[in-house]
Amino acid sequence: MIDPKTAIRRRDLLAGGVGLTSLAALPALPAWAQGHGLSAHTGPRAELTGPDITLTIARQHMMIDGKPYHAIGINGSAPAPLIRLREGQRVRITVVNALDEESSIHWHGLLLPFQMDGVPGISFPGIPAGGRFTYEFPVVQAGTYWYHSHSGLQEQEGLYGPIVIDPAGADPIASDREHVVLLSDHSPLHPHAIFRRLKMQGGYFNYQKQTLAGLLTGKDQPLRERLDWGRMRMDPSDVSDVTGATYRYLVNGHGPADNWTGLFTPGERVRLRLVNASAMTNFNIRIPGLTLTVVQADGQDVRPVTVDELQIAVAETYDLIVTPTEDRAYTLVAETWDRSGMARGTLAPRMGMVAPVPALRPRPLATMKDMGMGDMEHGAMAGGCSPEHAAMGHCRPDAAPRMDHGQMSHKMRDFANAPGLPRTPVVQTVAPMPVDRTGEPPQGLADVGHRVLTYRDLMSAKVNPDTRTPSRALTIHLTGNMERYMWAFDGVKLNAVTAPIPFRLGERVRVTLVNDTMMAHPIHLHGHFFELVTGHGDHAPRKHTVNVAPGGTATFDLTADAEGDWAFHCHMLYHMHAGMMQVVTVRRDADKGAAV
Amino acid sequence: MIPFALLLLADPMGQHHHMMPGMTMPGMTMAPAKPAAPRKAAKRRVVKPVPKKARATVRACSAEHAAMGHCTPADGKPDAMPGMAGMPKEGAAPACSAEHAAMGHCQAKPETESMPQGMAMDHGTMDHGAMDHGAMDHGTMGHGAMPQQSVGSAPPPPAPTDRAADRFYDPAAMAAANRQMRMEHGGMRFSQILFNLAEVQVRDGRDGYRWDGEGWFGGDIHRLVVKTEGEGAFRDRIGAAEVQALYSRAIDPYWNLQVGVRQDVGGPARRTYAVVGVEGLAPYWFDVEGALFLSDKGELLARTEAWVDQRITQRAILQPRIEVNFAAQDIADQQIAAGVSNLELGLRLRYEIAREFAPYVGVHWERRYGPASGGGAALALGIRTWF
Repeated sequence: MIDPKTAIRRRDLLAGGVGLTSLAALPALPAWAQGHGLSAHTGPRAELTGPDITLTIARQHMMIDGKPYHAIGINGSAPAPLIRLREGQRVRITVVNALDEESSIHWHGLLLPFQMDGVPGISFPGIPAGGRFTYEFPVVQAGTYWYHSHSGLQEQEGLYGPIVIDPAGADPIASDREHVVLLSDHSPLHPHAIFRRLKMQGGYFNYQKQTLAGLLTGKDQPLRERLDWGRMRMDPSDVSDVTGATYRYLVNGHGPADNWTGLFTPGERVRLRLVNASAMTNFNIRIPGLTLTVVQADGQDVRPVTVDELQIAVAETYDLIVTPTEDRAYTLVAETWDRSGMARGTLAPRMGMVAPVPALRPRPLATMKDMGMGDMEHGAMAGGCSPEHAAMGHCRPDAAPRMDHGQMSHKMRDFANAPGLPRTPVVQTVAPMPVDRTGEPPQGLADVGHRVLTYRDLMSAKVNPDTRTPSRALTIHLTGNMERYMWAFDGVKLNAVTAPIPFRLGERVRVTLVNDTMMAHPIHLHGHFFELVTGHGDHAPRKHTVNVAPGGTATFDLTADAEGDWAFHCHMLYHMHAGMMQVVTVRRDADKGAAV
Repeated sequence: MIPFALLLLADPMGQHHHMMPGMTMPGMTMAPAKPAAPRKAAKRRVVKPVPKKARATVRACSAEHAAMGHCTPADGKPDAMPGMAGMPKEGAAPACSAEHAAMGHCQAKPETESMPQGMAMDHGTMDHGAMDHGAMDHGTMGHGAMPQQSVGSAPPPPAPTDRAADRFYDPAAMAAANRQMRMEHGGMRFSQILFNLAEVQVRDGRDGYRWDGEGWFGGDIHRLVVKTEGEGAFRDRIGAAEVQALYSRAIDPYWNLQVGVRQDVGGPARRTYAVVGVEGLAPYWFDVEGALFLSDKGELLARTEAWVDQRITQRAILQPRIEVNFAAQDIADQQIAAGVSNLELGLRLRYEIAREFAPYVGVHWERRYGPASGGGAALALGIRTWF
């Protein structure tokens, strides 16, 4: 079923660019497939639209850089097809599970009745092997989203795809052409094998550790710092749990050699709809030669912000406008944040063109700040004390207390810093002085020498729908143990949790996430958008996923306006699988009448 | 059995390994974990991160802000920020939000003093130096735009005990799916078999072999562990070998408490022992094991073992290792005298072809004390493997 409006719109979008042959092929080659690579194995992908859609989940192969990989796909396509909807329509999506195991589809970022949210055990019972389930819901929003399995670890195997929802009226974001850029990670290992390896040895996939050879050649930390970190039993090179040692990094399902190519005509405003559908990988995005104007985050329009690079955490989406003016190719660089690999694509005026691919930059090492030590280590306290503040008595520039390293080690797990946190083995560390890091460039991007997007750069394009002052505050600790590979909210893995996180229907709550670990955690709440508290008042950016920096905090205001039970979890797939997940309930007060 | 009872009575979850009774481990290289620092009488309150306000961006400058002099609207010069110029004087801010009051930027109205949990702050002990004021851009802090807000202190609602989805789907199916979902998010069980040593020992005239490994099955906290270690000379019966079956429980982020039985299967006197021990990761990445063995004849033995993996390159790893055995009394039929009964030192260089498969070469040195005194060095050729 092709929605005629959508089809026309699509033609409008593309009319500027591809040329007659492509125009003729439009119905079969939708926007995001237009840009497929030259590889013969990477056929065009379907675009599904209209009020009735059928998705069939089945095992298949995926060709990456000329090699076959096991995968799970939809309608013969892995990644799954683009679903293109229009704000205001209703949609019925029938999912047929042709696997020999249970499956499910979750609509990531979509506001819908909770019983259509697709999380087995929370929103519905799941779709049994050989079974089917019909999702039906009104489409009440516009923007770039995605969908994926919420069963087992199927998401790692290719069961994810993009969703684009066109606004009911004119799109406030003007562009001449658009491309979906769906980023992901794929491994020849079965995801359960990956998880088992992490359980056996947390650093199994890290081949960028510090070595004695490195010490002798003056690389990485000096001896004294290595000893400090060794005493804490912390590995500063532990940035990503699963790395390029096993992953292939993909743009729209294509490996770096496949070179996914998106076409443009010089001078066009090209909209890139970035989706990070990875299981475990945050990507640093840049296009050498072009500036990136961020116009949407997590499907919500933001005031345009122009940067040279941004990090897209797992499960986030960003829409960018780029305006290539030269008749040449540009490389879309999606470097993993631990620099163990790269997804790569090309924007070009014609197929077959390439631009230089930059080398991977040196990998970041975690700092004391990533351990929740605030700014202590680098003497930033002294530097951070400006004369004005000193004059106000806020600080003493000459009195930056030097950290006593001996004292440091047992401060790393001081429960006085997190009253109420249970003393379980899951809690390897408690951040002694976590700071709000939403104003800092994400991990590894502090010193790249150009403009990098921070969360504080984001401002909602529209006034927030709810600007009430929160009626209460809630702090949630993100805890973990990298040695045992355990992850949990507030020190209790989901399998041991006895009560959900309760909200009253309609209440507004200020939620602060405190990252007690040295790893980044992209935290996702189903069924809601929340407003990041980053100082923008009633223009706070609205997101469904917030990446909490290592040893840092992030605060958001949540209006619990969607009645029902919702999943709340770290979107690092193996962190979630290890226990970093909870159920959020949104219920009416007992005296306010019946439910749903 | 007394140490047994003591250990079982102790609440393991709250204990640190170094506080465990009865677990002195003489000769261990393990750096002792530091005792918890005595808390100062004046407790330092948690200094909650105070959201720093907007970072310098031209886009962040709304008309209202510009009017207040907090920032300069877009004029093509993104860095043209007025700095502190628009910052209201302390105490004179017309709009003093809770966050700012907490930062000491302005005088809050009385009600903001009762800040909710999460924002609580002890002004007296707050370390302003750590707050990185310098990095804040006051030009765009949006003080004026912050609504007069003080997050309330309403109680959370009670946690429901039912499932909302039961109203839409078969409750039995939901219950089963919910159990499965919870089990899959943190409740999985695994197993591993690991041989740290599996080697041939080449020494002058009397080649031998040595192994030391363990297998486990279970979840993150509770595990069944089987350990085995032994040695012998070729063309000889097994010199000494043992198998232990232990219940292992995680008692802190790094340490497991283990209790169970040990059975000697080689040697002249095959004894059975009750075992209590610990195994874990000490500071500086030392893998450490320590155990007490009480035999069915009432003899008390102890053993401690430690090694560390020093990475030379990403795949070449040097492992120094030490093992010491002790006896509390003379054991005539085993030729053991009270005190240190033997000491083993090893230095092995392995190459990880895969993490799971690493051939190694090294030296092994052993010294036996007492009636069976002797020892010497050997070339060790083996494989460190797990699966």
